[in-house]
Parts: sequence; C-alpha cells; structure tokens
Amino acid sequence: MESTALLQKVTAGMAFRGTPASLLSSSSASSHVARIKLGSRSVIRAVSRLSGLTVKATHLNAYGFGTMPHNSTALKTVNKAVAVKTETGSTATAQQGHELLLFEALREGLEEEMERDPTVCVIGEDVGHYGGSYKVTKGMAEKFGDLRLLDTPIAENSFTGMAIGAAMTGLRPIVEGMNMGFLLLAFNQIANNCGMLHYTSGGQFTIPIVIRGPGGVGKQLGAEHSQRLESYFQSVPGLQMVACSTPYNAKGLMKAAIRSENPVILFEHVLLYNLKERIPDEEYVLCLEEAELVRPGQDITILTYSRMRHHVLQAVKTLVSKGYDPEVIDIRSLKPFDLFAIGNSVKKTHKVLIVEECMRTGGIGASLRAAIMENFFDELDAPIGCLSSQDVPTPYAGPLEDLTVVQPPQIVFAVEQLCKH
Amino acid sequence: MGWPRSIVGALQRLNQRGLAERGDLFLSISREYTLQRSVPGERHGYILRSFGANAYRSEAQERKSSIPVEIPVPYQLHKLSEGPPQHTQTTQDELMKYYRDMALIRRMEITADILFKSQQIRGFCHLYDGQEAVAVGLVEALTDDDSIITAYRDHGLYLARGGTLFECFSELMGKRTGCSGGKGGSMHLYNVKKRFYGGWGIVGTSAPLGAGLSFAHKYLNKKSVAVAIYGDGAANQGQIYEAKNLAALWDLPLILLVENNHFGMGTAEWRASKQITFYDRVHYIPGLKIDGMDVFAVREAICYAKEHCMSGKGPIVVECDTYRYHGHSMSDPGSTYRTHDEIKGIRQERDPINHVRKLILKEGFATADDLKSMDKEIRKEVEEAAAKAKEAPQPAKDALFAHIYKNDAALQFHGFVR
Repeated sequence: MESTALLQKVTAGMAFRGTPASLLSSSSASSHVARIKLGSRSVIRAVSRLSGLTVKATHLNAYGFGTMPHNSTALKTVNKAVAVKTETGSTATAQQGHELLLFEALREGLEEEMERDPTVCVIGEDVGHYGGSYKVTKGMAEKFGDLRLLDTPIAENSFTGMAIGAAMTGLRPIVEGMNMGFLLLAFNQIANNCGMLHYTSGGQFTIPIVIRGPGGVGKQLGAEHSQRLESYFQSVPGLQMVACSTPYNAKGLMKAAIRSENPVILFEHVLLYNLKERIPDEEYVLCLEEAELVRPGQDITILTYSRMRHHVLQAVKTLVSKGYDPEVIDIRSLKPFDLFAIGNSVKKTHKVLIVEECMRTGGIGASLRAAIMENFFDELDAPIGCLSSQDVPTPYAGPLEDLTVVQPPQIVFAVEQLCKH
Repeated sequence: MGWPRSIVGALQRLNQRGLAERGDLFLSISREYTLQRSVPGERHGYILRSFGANAYRSEAQERKSSIPVEIPVPYQLHKLSEGPPQHTQTTQDELMKYYRDMALIRRMEITADILFKSQQIRGFCHLYDGQEAVAVGLVEALTDDDSIITAYRDHGLYLARGGTLFECFSELMGKRTGCSGGKGGSMHLYNVKKRFYGGWGIVGTSAPLGAGLSFAHKYLNKKSVAVAIYGDGAANQGQIYEAKNLAALWDLPLILLVENNHFGMGTAEWRASKQITFYDRVHYIPGLKIDGMDVFAVREAICYAKEHCMSGKGPIVVECDTYRYHGHSMSDPGSTYRTHDEIKGIRQERDPINHVRKLILKEGFATADDLKSMDKEIRKEVEEAAAKAKEAPQPAKDALFAHIYKNDAALQFHGFVR
C-alpha cells in the first residue's frame, strides 16, 4: 500500500537522478564527477564546457581535496557568504526572507530535500512520532510517513551500520544521533565502514550519508553528554565534517550535506538550536568545503566554528571598542579545511587566533595550527594562538563548566597579547 | 536487644568466606534472626538474609509481629522449574521501614522536580518516582558486599543504598558537598563505600560493567553478586547481549535487573522491540518476570536470584514490570506518547507506596494519621536537606583539574595561558 507506492517513487527517483538536468542541481564539483561515474579529467572538461562551470581538477588544497573555485557561477548556489558589516554576519537581505530559529532552519532544509528526492530518509531515535528530541523533525512523520522518519530502538551501532548499508545501495539516509556522544557507540561503523568504503572499493561504492546531531558543551549536561566528536573523527579519511552556527548556514549546510555523494558529519550544537535569524525565502545551498567570512578586518584573523563563533563575536564588540580590527572567519568546514580562505586572511593580517570548543589535545585547533604553520609560516608574525577547552571531562557544576570552555574575556586578552607582536 | 553488631558483623564475614557449614552455633544464631520461609534451600536463604538490615531484632519480637503477605501477580519463568514463593512474611518494623524508604525517595524526586523547575538543578534530571519498590526491594535483599550498578535514573537507588539526602541534593545542585564533588551531576551518583557503582549516561553501559563487577567478585572468591540494572529501552543495545554471553560463558554471579517501565523516552516498548518481554531474551540465561510495583515481589525475586548465582549457576535476568510517573527526564513532558489516564490509573491501582500503606492500615500497625504525620516528617527532612544543600558552597576553582588522574599532583598543563 503506502510502502509499495513509496518504493515506486523511490525507484523513479533513482532513474530521475541520472538525467543531465540533475547534474547542475548539486553544489560541489565532486558530486558532478560521481554522477557521471567515470572521474576522468576529460569528462570533467566536458562537463565544464556543457554547463558553463569552471571546474579545475587540479584545484587542490593541502589535504588534496578539490574545492569549488570561488568565482564560479553555478545555478542557485551561494558560494561566498560575504558578510554585511552586521554582528550576526549572515547574508540575509534586509527585511526580506523569513525569520526562524536554527532548529526550524534545519527542518526546512530537511523538508525541502525530502520533497525533492524520495530516497532521502531520516533514521534515529525518537525522530518520528516524538518529533525529535530537539524538535528538528517535528511534524515530519505526519507528512512523510513512518518509513522515511524511522524511529529506531536505542541501538546506535546497528542503526548507523544499517544506514551505511542502505546508503551503499541507493538510499540517502540521514542518521540522527540524539546527542553526538551516543555516536561513540557507532564509532566503528563510521570510522571503518563509512569513510573507507569508497577508497577500498576502488570507487565502486559511494556512501551519501549524513550523520548529524547536537554535540558540544551544553548547560550542565554532564561529562558524557558534552562530547566534541569532531576531534575524534577528524582523522578518518573519506569523511567530510561541517559545523553549522547560524540558521542561515544550518539550512544551507544541511541541504549541501544531503546532496553530497560523500559521507558528511554535520555538527550541530545543543545551545544554538534557539538562535533566531532571518533567512532568504528562495532556495539556497551552501558549499560544504567553504569557510564563511563573518567580519572582515586587518589586525588579526580569528578562526572559529559553532558556538565559539558567538563567543568570538561577543569578544569582538569589546575589541572594536578598544580599537582593534579583527577578521573573524567561521571555518564551517572542519574536514577538509578551507585553506584558501584561511590563507588569504593570514596573508592580510599575519596573526592567527583559533578559538574552538574542542579540548586542547587533539582537537580541530591542533590540526589547524599544524596546517597553517606548514603552509603559511612565512606569513606569520606571531605564534599561532589557540584557545580550546580544558583537557578535562566536562564537570557538572556551573562555574567549573564555564571555566572549561573559552569565555569572551579570554578571547579579548588573547587578541591583545597576539597583537603586541 | 539481640546480638551486638560486632559479633553479627564477624559472623557475616565468616559467612562470606563460605564457612557457613561449620558448626551448630552458627546455624542456631542464624535461625534466631530469620523470618519464616517455606522454600527448599531455605537454610541457605536464611543465612543470606539474616545478616542484612533485619538482623538486630530478637526472635520473640519477630514471632510476635510476623504477618503473611501474598504476592498476587504470578511470576513468569524462563528456563526455571520453580520460582520464588508467591507469599512471604513481613513484620511491622519492616513495613514501616519500606514505607518510609519509599516515601523518602518519592518526596526526594518531587523536590528534585521543583528544584529543576526553579533552575537549581540544571542539565538532565531523570526521576524515579513510581519505581521505588524496585530500589527498596533490591537493597533489602542484598548485603553490603554486593555491588549495584545502574544507568542515569539513579537517585532512588543512591538513596536506598545508603546515600544521604544532603549529598544527593548537593550533587544535583553541583555543590562541593555532593557525592561526586559536584562534578558528576544527576547522572553520576556514586557511593564507593556502599558498593553503588553509579550512575551512567550512556544507555546500556551497566551491563558490561556489571559483568565486570561480577567477574571481580568471582575472581576474588567473594560470595557476593553484582546487580546490573538497565531498562526496556536499553535492552536492544548490542553490549547487553555481549555482556550476557560473557556472563553465561563464565558463570559470573550477575543479576541483570530490567526496570521495564514500558517507554524508552518517547518510544513505547512495542515500537522499539520485536520481542516485548525482556526476561527471556536469551535462551541460555534463565529469567523471571515480576511485578516491580510490589516491594515484596522484588525482595523475594532478588533473594531467589542471588541464591541462583551463588550456587554457581551463572547469571539470571529479573524483569521488573514497573512504571515511571514523570517523563523520561525533566525535558520530556511525558504526555505526548501516553495518556494522563494511563498514568493516573497506574497511580491508583499499582502505586508501590499505596500497596504497603494498605497493608499497614489493614494490620493496624499504624493509623492513617500516623502515616500522614510520617509523610510530613519525611517532607520536612527532605526539604531541610535541600535547603542545606542550597547553602552549600560551589566547588573551588582548582577542583577543575583535580581527579583527572590518580596521584596527579605533578601534572602540569602547558599551552596558551587563559
């Protein structure tokens, strides 16, 4: 009945995706190549001739990953999220568009993609009837049905594996971890099965899966529910990791992640779900590998992501009043890093401060420091500063938890120290 | 007033070393302190039970006030020929103790609810009201040498296992005087002296860790069991099956206690599990299903289960059919996936405290007014403890880096100073 009709829609959708009209509807160059199945350079040149896109196969960053050139004009993609000089820093046009909260923006992105492609489905605990523990999927089970908003038992290892298997055979599942920390139970699935398969099969399989969920240090949630999984997953080859920080980039990154042919981990933050912003009415998809220039400046480059972006912006208010002009970049793409944007910024300011929520040891900041030092050493006038969370399990007591995480006054102090160089 | 505690304690230790068979003196002492029971192997059961909390009354007192109690809901057995008895004995003191302990837990959870709503408690707070019979019955059947480990719904067990109200509230409010120094929170209550191993946030953690506790007991030749508590939602975790296999393979003295409150947050058991019974999930581990709202059923079942483990037969599953009145946590209203009528119905028909209250009133051990004044006294005690905890100090700043490792006085932190 309902499931056979759905199955028919699913198979129809799979046929639909092979037509040329669909080639131009995705955002990243890599997905174009994957759809054509043969990734040869002649094919890439043919595609770029046909579509009018400038796709350079040799455009590689330090991690060897091809990125979308910043001057391309693909249909309906927003490549450079250049900030108007407002504190929130998004590209929302003045008083057009609609205002919503971050979890609603995620839901909008999800709904649009699920309407567009019937193979997109959500798998997770309490995502269907309950509407999601953070209301991201509220109301969607009534609209799309129980099969596409699948309520799972509490068995992360197996349902993540199930999603990976489904992705191998043509579905585009989105796995929701109720809290990112629970996905540690599925670490084997993500590290071994998900990231590696495209490589170990010589390109035969793609795993267009999105793994998403709230992580980060919340408001006294305790040590086990305050994990920052980006530091654990960052060395798994084959995975892409992005972190959203505003409703605007949440929706754009969600759509991009779903359309991507690669496994993408979308890191949301427990404390950012109720951020309000005005986003465009028209459809937009952001580039997964791109960083966002939040505030242009001259004195110092501050690299940040997720919740720390908002702490940085709070510190920037103080810094601006003290006469500093920091450039704030929300790196968004945690794997691979957008070293073009970062490098251009370093060449301008010659000083870098990284503000992150990972722990000091082995976090995103640690890798980013190494990458910047290796690639832009001559541009630096000062050692790279990195403010991270303390290397402790997140304590429950409020004052201790606040000490664990980077606070705006500490960012101000760090900028002042670095700018003395 | 009976034998001095020191002697009873010494006998307990002798018992633990398996010297129970030696001498009539031992048996005659144990008979004085036991209740009437009529199961085979009751002598062993006597010895196990006699050195728990009830050991300090004289025989005369016991005989005088001992009353029979029916356990109405029949046990469902899996791979067991005979279950625990469907009736037991109790005394006035015991009834009053169970009433008091359960009412204390109930009042504590209600107070925690209020404190959460006024933001004194933050983060996640999973309340135990409705499930008190499981905690009280379990602790009553065990000794201080047995280990208990549970998941995040741990307030009730922490209190039943000898934790103080003040330490519990302090921990919930993140104060220095909390049982974990304020660093753990609601989901990380521990009590090493009473062998209460917590207190874990990740669903399903208690089973493998519980298997480890029982492994250590067996390795060190201790005559004690480990009880690993998990819920119906956790029963579908892979690590539970792995732990069951290990425990059965090596005959570990592990009691797997399933607190089946029929909901895994918002998902009912029939929507999450193909098989909605949990005591017979694994065919090679025997199990029994009991009414978890009846403190006597829990007590008898755990005594029976402990006997099973101690006789070297390996693990056993005890599924307690229970219910939680609050939602999964304070962030969950608890009414989107079940009706208010259902919750009210269970409160009226099966409430654990009411069950004991009815017995007390029927036997005339106390009047309704007595119980009401006991309730008032408990409420006062709980609220005083909460107020005292509110006044307690926050952890000091250097507590942030304490206890990362043991003996870490020389540990230094380098890096960008902030």
